[in-house]
Amino acid sequence: MTQTMTHDTVTADRNGSALRCVDLRKRFGATVAVDGLDLTVPRGELLALLGPSGCGKTTTLRMIAGLERPDTGDIWIHGRHVDGAGSVPPERRRVGFVFQDLALFPHLDVWGNIAFGLGGAPAERVEEMITLARLQGLERRMPHELSGGQQQRVALARCLVPGPDLVLLDEPFSNLDRMLRAAVRAEVRELLRAAGVTSVFVTHDNEEALSIADHVAVMLDGRIRQVGTPSSVYAHPVDGEVAELVGEMNLLPGSVRDRRASTAFAEVAASLPDGPCYVLIRPEDIGIDPDPAGPAVVVDVEYYGHDELIRCSIGPSEQEVMVRVVGTGPRLVPGDRVRLRLVGAARALPA
Amino acid sequence: MPARGARHPPPTATASLAALVGAAALLPAGYLVIRATEATGQTWDVILRSSTAWLFARSLGLAAAVTAACILIGVPLAWLTTRTDLPGRRAWATLFALPLAFPSYVFALALTGSFGDRGMLVAVLGTFGVEGLPSISGFFGAFFALTLLCFPYVYLVTAAGIRGLDPSVEEVSRTLGRGRWRTFLGVTLPLLRPSIAAGGLLVALYCLHDFGAVSLMRFQTFTQAIFLQYRAAFDRTPAAILSLALILLAVLILAVEQRARGRARYHRTAAGAGRPATTIALGRWRWPAVVASGVVVVGSLLMPVAVLGFWLGRGVRAGVPFDLTWSAAAGAIGLGASGSALTLLAAVPVAVLAARHPGRVSSTIERAAHVGYALPGLVVGLAFVFLAVRTAPPLYQTIPLVLLAYLVLFLPQASQPLKNAIQQVNPRLEEAARTLGRTRLQAFREVVVPQVAGPALAGAALVFLTVMKELPATLLLRPTGFETLATRVWSWTSAGRLSQAAAPALLLVALCAVPLYLLARRVQPEDVRAE
Repeated sequence: MTQTMTHDTVTADRNGSALRCVDLRKRFGATVAVDGLDLTVPRGELLALLGPSGCGKTTTLRMIAGLERPDTGDIWIHGRHVDGAGSVPPERRRVGFVFQDLALFPHLDVWGNIAFGLGGAPAERVEEMITLARLQGLERRMPHELSGGQQQRVALARCLVPGPDLVLLDEPFSNLDRMLRAAVRAEVRELLRAAGVTSVFVTHDNEEALSIADHVAVMLDGRIRQVGTPSSVYAHPVDGEVAELVGEMNLLPGSVRDRRASTAFAEVAASLPDGPCYVLIRPEDIGIDPDPAGPAVVVDVEYYGHDELIRCSIGPSEQEVMVRVVGTGPRLVPGDRVRLRLVGAARALPA
Repeated sequence: MPARGARHPPPTATASLAALVGAAALLPAGYLVIRATEATGQTWDVILRSSTAWLFARSLGLAAAVTAACILIGVPLAWLTTRTDLPGRRAWATLFALPLAFPSYVFALALTGSFGDRGMLVAVLGTFGVEGLPSISGFFGAFFALTLLCFPYVYLVTAAGIRGLDPSVEEVSRTLGRGRWRTFLGVTLPLLRPSIAAGGLLVALYCLHDFGAVSLMRFQTFTQAIFLQYRAAFDRTPAAILSLALILLAVLILAVEQRARGRARYHRTAAGAGRPATTIALGRWRWPAVVASGVVVVGSLLMPVAVLGFWLGRGVRAGVPFDLTWSAAAGAIGLGASGSALTLLAAVPVAVLAARHPGRVSSTIERAAHVGYALPGLVVGLAFVFLAVRTAPPLYQTIPLVLLAYLVLFLPQASQPLKNAIQQVNPRLEEAARTLGRTRLQAFREVVVPQVAGPALAGAALVFLTVMKELPATLLLRPTGFETLATRVWSWTSAGRLSQAAAPALLLVALCAVPLYLLARRVQPEDVRAE
């Protein structure tokens, strides 16, 4: 720990959270990037901030690190008020940051990069971190001599060495090729767990968010729409936009009568007043059977090997429905007539 | 995402330092404007004089003739060294850049020393019965000196332009049925026009600003007239007014050049094309091309060095002492080192502001810092003389004032490469250092400085080179009795003591050639500037 990172102004630790943002707002000229964001992250948790590009998630991360100053709003990190009444500069926030392009210092070798945050102090801490990040033997390599995964680990080790209260990661896996991504993701999660540090990472990739985070915060238009465990956000999205963001989703127009919502091929219970509605069904919750007299017709088949996504069109309005089937089902080709049925969950939301 | 395009307000310390430097750069030009407006009646009187019209005509005529000649020499050489199988083209490429090591007055000295009854040519040709040659001076003297000296500007900028061309554009023209020659005229040359114009305008600016060559050749242009006015007349206002007129002329030329460069960028559709152009075999033109290149090198490098050597030999035989040359060298190196160090330091806040906080404030300051490009050394020297005499007499004829003049004149040479270098450094690196416990200043020192040190030193070396060559500002502002190599060459040459002038001239060229040779590969042609 460096002298520059001493605790100052430690105030009461509000509900023990690692990070608390209240009503953050930030605009750049005419564009509103962050529009009244509230977020609380408990200690030791890995939270994914999931949103489409341009939703303000990177700006949020940069405000938490002190690299950007919010126009209004308050931020507490481990109970310390870092924004709101004055602003604590980034070098005194005890926040580690992994940049999207990693920002490894090109003029320093692996050791120099990792030791940077210690200001030249104990070598054991650096060695410990090098071991933890499995970088032994690479100490004297320059950043450009490392593979993508190794660079990722150096960036992470560098920000963990000073013992930060909070680690922020900005699209940390977007620069890696697909083959490498899953492996590096698991490594990073393991490293963060081992360090026992609270982390927030930003991503636009729903698979990434769902697979490694303890909780997912879905961000849209500068605000948090929904926070929950990956499974709860996936299964119970608060609205259609969130639903589509966390995975492929059929948004089918329907109508409600007597607490039952019905659409082209399914009927579900709905606690909604009578009238038009939307029925949300995940593609994997629909069964598909070949039937020459069926009401739907196959439009397109995307074959992925382990599964396939079949686009059908149903009814006189030619409503498009996506169906996911495992790769072992009957072979369907465009033009085949089929019958659809609900095999999993469905939810009705007001139109 | 908005965060990535977001502009932060610049830190106050950086902004105020940069503003201070910008204000210093505006000092001489600003002073002249005030001086001229104080005496409006006299101003119009001087401007409308028929002699002033003649000065315009002579200055512009010389600049136009030299520019045209430089284009005729520089463009073919650029093409030969970049696109053909000219034997030894790498060596030629360096040789063609080296004349930039010659200050114009040294070149004028070399020409004076080779013609005339006492010149080297008579001494050499005497064995063949040649007994006398006319001496060279006036328009043709200035024309030859400036042309042989300035063609590297056109050569360097055009060569860079050719390297930036996408060869597939020319290949398309070939596949569309145009021959090699018609492709060159119809495609390559029009694409290169902006580069050629940019190089040519550098030459024009150099000619307009030149003081040494035209003075020694006694060809009266603006700079020489201003100097004579200042020396002869008790009233110094006319000199100030003529200086201002010269600045305006330079600004006009710079504006034209800026437009040409703007278009040059537009033209380069595929900068850094992945594939180099195929080399053109010269065939039977191979040896004529070598001979032509050799003639240029003989005229622009060997001739002046040989003449200086010839006169040095005469001096040695006559027992001319060298101690004055050594002390002048010490003075020149001292001024060069302190001038380049000061200029580099002053360039830092300007470059940081321009690279990291683009906006109205920083672009205004950057433009002010670039005023040096438009200012002739003579005019800056004069303005500081007037300023010091009027407002701060103790500063008059002191080293700090000389250094301030260098700062105004050469700031862009240091700030431009520094700005480009800082822009190359990912701003996330500084932010990463911030999150790792560094203050803004510490982050700059530990992360940015190590990465921009190379280009920064290259810029400083360029300033060192130009300071060593600088004559008029040094001449006007130096403390009495303080000599540099430049002032020694000038005073001895104008007194006709060529055998004495040869030693400091050769030493100066040798001292300038070293950094120039080292810079030849580093420095972008855009950083090259007229004196």
